[in-house]
This record gives sequence, structure tokens and C-alpha cells, in this order.
Amino acid sequence: MTRKTNSISWRKTDDAASRPWTGSVREYDLIKELIIGVVVVGLLVLGVSALFGSPDEPSVSLKAWATAAPADFVGTAAKELAGTSDSAGYGPPYNSTPGASQTIGPVDLQSLSGVRLPVDTANDFVIVPLATLPSPPADLARWMAATDQQRSGWAAAYSDALAAAPDNDPAKVADGDYGPVPALTGALLDMARQGNLDGVLQNGGNFYNTDYTRSLLFLGDGSYFPGLAASQHLSGDQWGVMNETGDTPGQSWLWLFSLLYQVEPFKSAPNADALVVVTMFVLTALLTLLPFIPGLRSLPRWIPLHRLVWKDYYRNR
Amino acid sequence: MTAQATPGPGTPVEEPDAHTWTGRARRWLLKKLPPDKLLPEDQPSYVASWAYVFGMGAIASLLWIVISGIVLGLNGPQWYHVSSLGNFVNSTHLWSVELFFIFMVVHLWLKFWMAAWRGGRVLTWITGVISFVVSIVAAFTGYLLQTNFDSQWIAFEAKDALNAVGVGAWFNVANVGQLFTWHITLLPLAVGAVVILHVLLVRVHGVVPPLEAAESDAQLLHNRPEPAEPPEPTAPPETAESGGAVR
Repeated sequence: MTRKTNSISWRKTDDAASRPWTGSVREYDLIKELIIGVVVVGLLVLGVSALFGSPDEPSVSLKAWATAAPADFVGTAAKELAGTSDSAGYGPPYNSTPGASQTIGPVDLQSLSGVRLPVDTANDFVIVPLATLPSPPADLARWMAATDQQRSGWAAAYSDALAAAPDNDPAKVADGDYGPVPALTGALLDMARQGNLDGVLQNGGNFYNTDYTRSLLFLGDGSYFPGLAASQHLSGDQWGVMNETGDTPGQSWLWLFSLLYQVEPFKSAPNADALVVVTMFVLTALLTLLPFIPGLRSLPRWIPLHRLVWKDYYRNR
Repeated sequence: MTAQATPGPGTPVEEPDAHTWTGRARRWLLKKLPPDKLLPEDQPSYVASWAYVFGMGAIASLLWIVISGIVLGLNGPQWYHVSSLGNFVNSTHLWSVELFFIFMVVHLWLKFWMAAWRGGRVLTWITGVISFVVSIVAAFTGYLLQTNFDSQWIAFEAKDALNAVGVGAWFNVANVGQLFTWHITLLPLAVGAVVILHVLLVRVHGVVPPLEAAESDAQLLHNRPEPAEPPEPTAPPETAESGGAVR
């Protein structure tokens, strides 16, 4: 009998892979295999859990930030008022800053959603929370009465002065025309230290809330929160989201996603996020449709690792 | 409507003509996946390698993920922060996920090197890859639901990738309420459905034969070694035929 070459194609042909198996068989108990698998994996899970546990680094509050790094907090609040923070100029879905969205050529996927989760950093992070205080600072009225130009002028000047001050310390800022901004950022710092800002920013006056968008954006605009992440090897240039705090393995299956952020042309591209996501989408599509792709689907024939899997079969043929 | 006689034991069940959609669906299902194909007691002789345990290992891990996840979900998101038992259950949830991915990735690589899509099995490959991708999204939402520093940071970092392609407006990583819906209902249902479909497709098409299997192979030439002991003299010939001897 002639030995026919088996097709690597996904199509049904007349080879052995395409017909119901009519050769010799061996007893195989699927249910028994499943039960043994569940027991063995269960014991493994219980053993590893008892041995290594799982990390649970407490979350960071705005109170903790204001207490641990007050200068960073005040500097960030000034940027929120000036509209110069990352969140203020983020673009969709938080606001409509011109030219802020990441595009690939003419394709602007980021803008497709529009401003669906509106965030006005000056009002949402500073002014509205201060207005909820039992005794709002008197300077709040001055800010409210000012023009947009006056507001951004004061806040930008104060933000620059803070950056130039020794240790960015608000107490060491050079004299200047900062309007009500120092008083407002100082009042927000006090509010945060007392723990009031966390609730106000999260709940927005409601009893229930599960949306932490605003708190998270404000926290991330400072350098305290990213600094903590860097100390836990969680920054984007440290393979970011695939890591976990401590030594516990994280989402290691995201390795390729994280890897792309570490290499050019993605690493220094202003639209790195869009490029990485689209690249991963294309690679995932290639993996899914691999049986249809000539060349790629022939790799198992060219590199015959299958001989290890079926060595008993090939030995007895 | 006419009454039909119940077939006696051992009599092949003849599927009557189906006139309704339900009857046609039953006939199609039984034709595609008759009970002895769904739960067979034997497998082709080439299914003899440690390479075959990883798919089952992934399913076993998935069961532990679901069990530990139900316990965590029923106790609410804060429980594991304050209870030592809760912390342990959270650990089992984490490690069963880690094992699930290890088993699944090894299974995926092995099936690639075995070119397991051959002979009309392409949908089995595609459902396998889809289950891998959906599992990654499910695990990602789990990491976002830890309600601790790690989830805070992952949400802050990951929002940029999702916003850059316009998804973040609806899949908001900082909205814990949304994430619960994804993580404890939609995505587990999706993973479960795709995995079940994947397993059923494996049963429908059977395990793919070796890449270099040929018509002249001993195992295909019906010359399986005779059993050491002769068969029971009382055993009817058809029982021996269907019970796992030479086919």
C-alpha cells in the first residue's frame, strides 16, 4: 500500500485526518480523566495558595496622597485649575481638547465615542468639591466671578511658580499675581487631608457610587501615585500591567502586549496605545485564522515537533 | 399521530421522520454527535501522550475558577480584604487562573505543532483561540476588580489603550459597577459557552490523527496486537467489535 502524504490544510480531503478513525483504538475514560484532573488541579491550587497566598496592597486614597506628598498634591491641583494637567488635555472620552486624540494616519478611533465621560478638571476636581464644604473658602467667589482668561492666567502663573520653588513647596513660592489660586489649592489640600475629598469626588453628592473615574484621573495627574507604581515595578516602561505587586506572577499572558510598548517604533510613538492595540488585534486575527494562511500553517511540517507527541505511533507504524 | 412500539434492548434506535423544527434539530444533533461519540469509551491508538492532558487540565482549572469565583462574588468585593478565609479563597481564585492559562497556553502551542486544524477541524482551532482571547479579557476584568492598589494602577494604565481605540467610553476600567457585570456574568458565560462549543467540536470531529499517519501504518491496517487473554466465549461478536477491540 502506498504511503500518502497528509494535507496540512484545514480542508477535508481523503486523508486519514479527514475520515473517521478506523484503525486500532485504546480504552480511554474521559470522565475518569476529568475527575482525576479536577482532584489533581484542586490539590495543586490549594497547595500553591497555602504556600504563596496572594498580594493585597491597600489602595491609595486622596487623603494618603495629600498627607504623604502635599507639595505634589497642591502642584497637581494648580494644574487642574490651569487646565494643563494630563487629564485636562486628554481628549475623548473625557474632554474635547483639539489634537489630543491618538490617530493612525487619518483614522481617529479615539474620537468616535465623543466626550462620553465628561471631565472638567478645574470644576470637577477643585471648585465643586470646595463648594460642598460647610464653610467654603471666601476666595471661591472671586474665582467664580473671574473671566476664563483671568482664571487660567492666575493658575498657570501659580503652577509655574510652584515648579520653580524649592522642593515645590507652596510655602516657598515667590511672590506674584496668583489671584485666589493659592487659597483654593490650600483649602483643597486641607479638605483632602481630613479625608473629605475622597467621598465628595467619588460620590458627587450621591449615597451610592461605583464609578471612580474622577478620583483615578486626579490621582494619576500627580507624581505620587505613579511613583508608588514605579516602586512596585508596575510602570509602563517596566512591562506595566502584566506585573503584580510583590513577587506574585501577574497577567503574564499579556507579555506580547507589554513587550510592544518596550520596543520601537511603538516606544516613542505619540500614538503608541493606538498602534499597540491595533497591532495586537491584527496578530490575534492572524492566530485565529492561522489554518488559512499558507506558510504559517506549514510550520508544524517544517519543524516536526509533532514527532515527539506521537513518537509511540510513529515507532509502531 | 400513531403510537410507536418501544424498541427492545440492543435494537438500534431508528430515528423516525422528523416533521417539526424540534424533531429536525434532534435528528441533526444525533447525527452529528451520537451518544457514543459524545462519551466514547475508547480513543484512537495515537491518543497516547502527556500532550493530551493539558486541555483537560485547563477545564479542571476553569471549574476551580468558577467555584472560587462564586464564593468570592457571594461574599462581596470587600470580604477578602478583611477575612483570612476570604484571602485564602482569593488566593485559590488567583492560582487557578494562573494554572488555567499555563494549561491553555501549552495546549494551544501543542495543537499548533500538531497542526490540529487538519481534516475539517478549523472551527475547533478557531473556538480554541477565541476562548483564549475571551479568557484574557475575563482575567483582565478580574485584575481590575481587586479593589486594591494593583487594580487602581492597572485601571489608570489600561484606560489609555482602551480610549485610544474608542472603547474606553463604554468599557470604563474605572467604573467598578460596569466591571462586575462583565466579570461575574457576561465574560464567564462567554468563556463557558465557547469552551463547551470547543469541546463538543472535538468530540464531533475526533482527535486529529498524526501528521505523518499513512494508509500503510500498522494501526490503520487493523493489525492491533491480540489481547493477552482470549475473549470471553460467551461474548457476542458484535460486543467485541464495538467494545474497543479492532475496528
